[in-house]
Amino acid sequence: MSSDASTEPVVKTPLYDRHVALGARIIPFAGWMMPVQYSGIINEHKTVRTAAGLFDLGHMGQVDVTGPDACSFLQFITTNDVSTIEPLHAHYSLLPNEQGGVIDDIIIYRRAENDGYMVCINASNRHKDVNWMHRWRAERPDLDVTVEDISDKTGMIAIQGPNAAAITQRISDRDLSGVDYFSWVEATVGGVKANTARTGYTGEDGFEFYTAIDEIGTLWDALMESGANEGLLPIGLGARDTLRLESRMPLYGNELADDINPLEAGLGWAVKLDKGPFVGCEPIAAMKSTGAPRKTVGFKLTERAGSPRSHFEVQVGGRSVGFVTSGAMSPTLNENIGLALVEKDVAGNGKPLEIIIRDKPVAAVQIKTPFYKRDR
Amino acid sequence: MSSPKELLYTRTHEWVKVEGDVATIGVTDHAQSELGDITYLELPDLGGEVNGGEPFGVVESVKAASDVYSPIDGEVLERNEDAIAAPDVVNSSPYEGAWLIKVKLANPAQVEALLTPEQYDELLESAGSH
Repeated sequence: MSSDASTEPVVKTPLYDRHVALGARIIPFAGWMMPVQYSGIINEHKTVRTAAGLFDLGHMGQVDVTGPDACSFLQFITTNDVSTIEPLHAHYSLLPNEQGGVIDDIIIYRRAENDGYMVCINASNRHKDVNWMHRWRAERPDLDVTVEDISDKTGMIAIQGPNAAAITQRISDRDLSGVDYFSWVEATVGGVKANTARTGYTGEDGFEFYTAIDEIGTLWDALMESGANEGLLPIGLGARDTLRLESRMPLYGNELADDINPLEAGLGWAVKLDKGPFVGCEPIAAMKSTGAPRKTVGFKLTERAGSPRSHFEVQVGGRSVGFVTSGAMSPTLNENIGLALVEKDVAGNGKPLEIIIRDKPVAAVQIKTPFYKRDR
Repeated sequence: MSSPKELLYTRTHEWVKVEGDVATIGVTDHAQSELGDITYLELPDLGGEVNGGEPFGVVESVKAASDVYSPIDGEVLERNEDAIAAPDVVNSSPYEGAWLIKVKLANPAQVEALLTPEQYDELLESAGSH
């Protein structure tokens, strides 16, 4: 299984016993014992695309950023323009390092007026991110801001799929139809107070819920019951990965890393260089003006072969040009797809690549992403 | 659920059916369950050689690629083209639909080192199989 570099003791989310009772295969992930699958990755993946799936996200981290200068502080340590987030809205952003690489990708949620922000961070980067934020808070004594890691107090799950909204609405105390993509409300769902956000990591409609940690089990049970006749299934990390890949959503450690510039990752849209100075803005601006030397491209295999996987070498005409960042057999398309970080001169839709799988070059062609887009 | 009585087994979760000097090899139900949804099979060409203790092919699932081992030396007589075309048969029918290769035994005595169904089931028990 994947090696975990963390020295943390391996812990469980509040929903662990439920996963075991549901027959989940449990694996260690970022220091957490998480379900990788229940009924099978392909079945779970297809269920999210056609019905609905419920995801335990208790491993993710949450950080409160509050105080009169919360916005200015976040502006300084992220790439996107925090000042454009309206109350009860959210946006996707990156935490850059000083070399213009990426420390983590995040979602920043703005609370109601003047109540600050909540930042959702990856499980694998939780302590790295929190330490980084504390470091920069200390380096900016001019800013009146408080940073608090609230991960241990916060429960999180997601429901995703075409039936997700109906399943949730049925047990919600308020009308959720007005909650647009990347906005959120305080609702009571299944009797549980939940910050209900229309965000997700699958490319389907749905919600991510944030609750007090001791109530997350109640919410999970209520949604499972509400969705029982609409095909709702619990979904593990295996399908979570294939779903986000089809939707071309990056995974930190694959498409994003300390030494990958947001522009190379294809995330220039989440970088607002004109918002004012921020950590790492100079190397990012320099790359913007000279052009990124590498590009992240989508591809599919054009011959029958095993699957492309993270870190497999990519060649063109026998010359090494980069590596696969993520790859898999796509359950929706029934084709081997992937993303690769390659030298810019070989990048372009329709242009060929060779993916080295077990020492043999396998033919591939670059294609447009996302690989899958739901009908809206 | 106990392993089929007419087969023999390896510690690496392959099954072997011996008929005269021909051995048919596949992966066990435990193996397919551990691997998850199978997406691709890489099997040797006809006439190729397999060697005891060495991998002869690869079974890919969504999450990983795993070697499949031959416990015996021999020449590949047949390979399961239907399974290659539809690898999910390894999940649905590991002992019948998903035989992988048939091998002409070069050294029939190697069969004696294989595990009986009871020994294999005991191996699974003591490893705490789920």
